[in-house]
Amino acid sequence: MSDAQTQIPVTVLTGYLGAGKTTLLNRILSENHGRRYAVIVNEFGEIGIDNDLIVESDEEIYEMNNGCVCCTVRGDLIRVVEGLMKRPGRFDAIVVETTGLADPVPVAQTFFMDDDVRSKTKLDAVVALVDAKHLPLRLKDSKEAEDQIAFADVVVLNKTDLVTPEELDKVEATIRAINPAAKIHRTQRSGVALNEVLDRGAFDLSRALENDPHFLDAHDHDHDHHDHDHHDHDGHDHHHHHDHASDIHDVTVKSVSLRGGEMDPKKFFPWIEKVTQMEGPNILRLKGIIALKGDDDRYVLQGVHMILEGDHQRAWKDGEKHESRLVFIGRDLDAERLKKSFDACQAA
Amino acid sequence: MGEGQVAPGRAGFVYRIPEWTIHLPTVAPLDLEGHCVAAVFLNDVPHFALADGAIHRLDNGQKTAQANDGLLAAFHDAANDRLITGGEDGKVFAVKAGGEVSELASAGKKWITSVAAGPQGAIAYASGKTAFVRFADGKIKEFAHPRSVEGLSFSPKGMRFGVARYNGATLHFPAAEGKPVELEWAGAHTGITFSPDGAFLVTTMQENALHGWKLADGKHMRMSGYPGKVKSLSWSVKGKWLASSGAPAAIVWPFASKDGPMGKAPLELGTRGNTMVTCVACHPSQDVVAIGYEDGMVIAARFADAKEVLLRRPGKGAITAMMWDQEERRIVFGSAAGDCGVIDITA
Repeated sequence: MSDAQTQIPVTVLTGYLGAGKTTLLNRILSENHGRRYAVIVNEFGEIGIDNDLIVESDEEIYEMNNGCVCCTVRGDLIRVVEGLMKRPGRFDAIVVETTGLADPVPVAQTFFMDDDVRSKTKLDAVVALVDAKHLPLRLKDSKEAEDQIAFADVVVLNKTDLVTPEELDKVEATIRAINPAAKIHRTQRSGVALNEVLDRGAFDLSRALENDPHFLDAHDHDHDHHDHDHHDHDGHDHHHHHDHASDIHDVTVKSVSLRGGEMDPKKFFPWIEKVTQMEGPNILRLKGIIALKGDDDRYVLQGVHMILEGDHQRAWKDGEKHESRLVFIGRDLDAERLKKSFDACQAA
Repeated sequence: MGEGQVAPGRAGFVYRIPEWTIHLPTVAPLDLEGHCVAAVFLNDVPHFALADGAIHRLDNGQKTAQANDGLLAAFHDAANDRLITGGEDGKVFAVKAGGEVSELASAGKKWITSVAAGPQGAIAYASGKTAFVRFADGKIKEFAHPRSVEGLSFSPKGMRFGVARYNGATLHFPAAEGKPVELEWAGAHTGITFSPDGAFLVTTMQENALHGWKLADGKHMRMSGYPGKVKSLSWSVKGKWLASSGAPAAIVWPFASKDGPMGKAPLELGTRGNTMVTCVACHPSQDVVAIGYEDGMVIAARFADAKEVLLRRPGKGAITAMMWDQEERRIVFGSAAGDCGVIDITA
């Protein structure tokens, strides 16, 4: 039966033309990991893709006719995934390479909103390729470049050899300012270790945030963290200085990081539902670990626009601080109001 | 323009024990590997088109021919007793009885995602944003659209075909020049069918709903309330009813009156509480529908009194395809897991 079969993991590669998507894709396809991939592309770039199973589709953004402006899905992905899954023995995972101008949100929402796609596949992570040299320019002339970073679980900061160390720090700080929750890897020629982009489980609640040590700590505005090199495994020397990144461009995406103690579930759940209903169109991503009063388990949350998923994850460990942390990444978010109303959900 | 909203009620989840039958009809199983896209009779011989492009048939033993490398769409061309297939290889094939496979068209590297057959040997197929019509003489005409062509269907009358697309449907007249007719309704329309008398056009949607147009005046019909997507539609004899999947019962809409189902409730046949209907196939001459479920069970249900008869016990996969034979004696069926077969109801 269909519900017994394992869901095929899907990795989404975003990034501007020339950022190194196809180079990374070819590495994924050619390295000796024993996995077979189906690749879905919306445009063929100048570099060929070396794979047996490549499907070209026309990007089709479908607004769901349910009155919610942010409920969009990718009709082409629904059809292609449905077609691929009729012959499931050919591949173990799917990579979706989007166009440079693609909005990552409908791509991701497809894997939550369409029942057929959801039953057969699971979104593993959204990986954004960023060209260190050209990012400042991209951010100036398009909203998509910012959206792709804001939405990513992993940002591959590529072509680092084309910029000075100072420029690189500045670019990375900009990325951090847009998305404090993403993991950033500095690379040249898309040379990131594949285990840093594949099998991340970024949308998997049971693994949520486990592989994401930067989560919140990295850019909590009340704190100054300069030293978390030990979180990175790709061998590069990282210096994170998060101060004053946004002189490169006017960042329209911002994040709101909230931290509190134990929450009263009777207050917290109506609150988070209301926030995602009211602010859904402005929220690109949200992630959180919530300590609920009287609950021995950590409660984890993740969301895309108005789609909200939450579940008990695991028991709090002995000595672990029962703390609630929540980050919103989006536009026009009222940080003060979110903070105040979040604080009001704390258990007495 | 008027609009009638009708929705199936939420009947109780009661599994009615079949009482029509004395004996279980015989099922001749055919266990194949893979997803069955189409199960049809060609020259009275059961044929099964699988997703890998293999066309199996039960013709004094099991025999196999090969169509597309990756078969995604199929349409039974009853007038010419053939199966039209389209697939991942960008090709369109015609499969005739006895395993005769011939290539009708090729549209490049993109997938052929929908095929249909029409009058005078014409066929239509879709690739990306383009719909193609191939006439019997081999001439091909292209119809470009601003958005992807999701579904295709010919009208039973005249040389006319419909395209399901984002925010509505488009009607083309491939034998004549002139502007297409645009029918608008917000949302993504994925499949399309004309009523047998050509009076109504019905689309399946990305939402769990059907949408209909009365072509004479453009009146809308919203058929909603399904818990799942509707993937299978079947018109009953003379188009008096339209049966549909997407619910724990077959939802059967009345289309006999001039305004179709507007303001009327549908029949709910074969309701089960623990599974969904995935395929429907109306009887060629009686008001009876064969209903296939997600667990592989097949029943037949009569419209007049909702009586049911069990035709096949649950199997390995969801029923994906069914067709009655001309003698109204056998039903050929296929499943998502490849456990296919032929049901003989007279046995």
